[in-house]
Amino acid sequence: MPETLFDKLWRIHRVADPGQGECLVHLDRIFLHERTGSVALLSLEQSGRTVRSPERVFCTMDHIVDTRPGRGDATSVPHGARFIAATRDSARRAGIRLFDVNDPRQGIGHVIAAELGIVLPGMSVVCPDSHTCTLGALGALAWGIGSTEAEHALATGTLRVSRPGSMRVSFDGCVPAGVAPKDLIVHLISRFGSRAATGHAVEFAGPAIEAMPVEGRATLCNMAVEMGAFTGLVAPDERTVRYVRGREYAPTGGLWEQATRHWSGLHSDCDARFDRELRVDCAAIAPTVTWGTNPEQAVPIGSRVPDPDSFADPHQARAAARALKYMDLAPGTPTDAIRIDAAFIGSCTNSRLSDLRAAAGYLKGRRIAPWVRALCVPGSSSVKRAAEAEGLHEVFRRAGFEWREAGCSLCFHAGGESFGGQRVISSTNRNFQGRQGPGARTHLGSPLTVAASACRGYIRAAEPIA
Amino acid sequence: MKPQPFTVHRGIAAPLLRRNIDTDTIIPSREIQLVSKQGLGDGLFAGWRYRTPGSRDPDPDFILNRGAYRDASILLAGANFGCGSSREHAVWALGEFGIRAVLAPSFGSIFRNNCTLNGILAVVVDEAAIGRLDDWVRADPRRNQLEINLENRLIAWKAGELLAFEIEPANRKLLLQGLDGIAVTLQQASAIDEFEAADRVVRPWVYRLP
Repeated sequence: MPETLFDKLWRIHRVADPGQGECLVHLDRIFLHERTGSVALLSLEQSGRTVRSPERVFCTMDHIVDTRPGRGDATSVPHGARFIAATRDSARRAGIRLFDVNDPRQGIGHVIAAELGIVLPGMSVVCPDSHTCTLGALGALAWGIGSTEAEHALATGTLRVSRPGSMRVSFDGCVPAGVAPKDLIVHLISRFGSRAATGHAVEFAGPAIEAMPVEGRATLCNMAVEMGAFTGLVAPDERTVRYVRGREYAPTGGLWEQATRHWSGLHSDCDARFDRELRVDCAAIAPTVTWGTNPEQAVPIGSRVPDPDSFADPHQARAAARALKYMDLAPGTPTDAIRIDAAFIGSCTNSRLSDLRAAAGYLKGRRIAPWVRALCVPGSSSVKRAAEAEGLHEVFRRAGFEWREAGCSLCFHAGGESFGGQRVISSTNRNFQGRQGPGARTHLGSPLTVAASACRGYIRAAEPIA
Repeated sequence: MKPQPFTVHRGIAAPLLRRNIDTDTIIPSREIQLVSKQGLGDGLFAGWRYRTPGSRDPDPDFILNRGAYRDASILLAGANFGCGSSREHAVWALGEFGIRAVLAPSFGSIFRNNCTLNGILAVVVDEAAIGRLDDWVRADPRRNQLEINLENRLIAWKAGELLAFEIEPANRKLLLQGLDGIAVTLQQASAIDEFEAADRVVRPWVYRLP
């Protein structure tokens, strides 16, 4: 019976079928962070239970930790230090590995789990964070859960899960120059909607994915959850193996040989059947930006914000009207005419070295518009060091960007730093109402688009390089 | 932790029918100030419920601030309710406010799991049926209460009208009995041990860490 990649991953991790349509799934790794992991650890302790396999549980400080230079435990988030202290204490008592505030390996969980080789192809991993699906880029079965499920995962090393459906999105054709993985995924969501993958594990495939570096695949898988997916997946290939080799927690010697042999079987069989299939022609995709308050509300840069009356579906029309009101945009406004106040590069979507290089490549020798405030927040301390070794920090600073310590930062507002009331071009994943601050108006775009828009002061795609 | 069992619930339903209401909206991150599952009810829908951010000055336009809806224990919601962030605080906030059930055409998957594990019933009801319930409830929200029976999977609304719903058997059992999921799984500890013993041979690199 031919199997999809997801079928194989499910089979490898199936402990038991307890009945009632559920499967008991083995978890190879559990990742936590101070925002939602702290309460899971605390609740577990209060129930008198312990972590089953602490050596396979990892924790980072990313959500609440400050990203301003010279940081410590103090954070602009009201009561934020509570989360940091509680996480540190619980992690110590539980005996799990913590990448603390100033650990050289600290960073956004989904970024460091990959770059440290903690999560490897074929592994199962959960984290109480919806963007855990990012790690599907390695061919891992990675999905986001709540804190109660995290407690269950910690105590038992397993989760009871209803099996999701399988879905494949094939990206055919060549990706035009200047079009980033972020544009591909936002285009996909805008075309098929924010519920297009609800209840499904989505495998991204096709020539454009095969040609895409692992970091780009991470951007794609990261936003699978924004179309409702259980997770996103890319089959591990030579690029994946090259990416993983030599990472701190990656196997070596005989174990490495054994692991790579195992990984080579992790792909969808050619005649495997998916519950759902979508195809996208990459040649038709342009740099894309959101205009509304959900990632599905997006258009190619250079076109116009839609008129709510143009939607046949009355729900979509009402949603568009509400979104335009919140975004303070008139129907039919050209995206080029949207003036921004701020620009943000960072988050688990787009804060890896390749993202920073793409933005810095544009910013070299340029300045941001005088009315724009711009921030660059590397996804990990390691990304930050690598970028500094290449001099990227100087490019960002000379262009007028703030250069920050690693963390989630202004991807979301937790009561401290804020883009409140401002219009932001952002390399993040969510343009929800108030996500980046009360009244903040977020437009999602690729790091390259953020850089170009910051310089022009208006939403712009980067000019094609001649 | 054992959630409160859900068998039959009768209560006032409040319609919040826009689609894609995300968990950032259900509880903004700035409202999460304690490492705790408690103290979140006041932060529920804070961005819509209060006139200004951080204040507790009710916005009279928001449905849960209006008349009978202040006592709502059921939400009628639009598609993809609870999409976005995995924050379980959204569910804890709903629970603290007094919400026992949410009816929507679809849900964010993590949110729906979180509901089940906290004794809140998240039921998939198609858009047309939500529309009919909405019309009826709005006519007189205090009198036109819904009665949700999980045992026989029926929602009783206007006289003689019953709406059947589907729910995964495992979730139904968990909710009906208010089970502690960890205790249930730990009964299978030997199956987990056996799985890991065999898996260590096949995938040793998963278990051997530097």
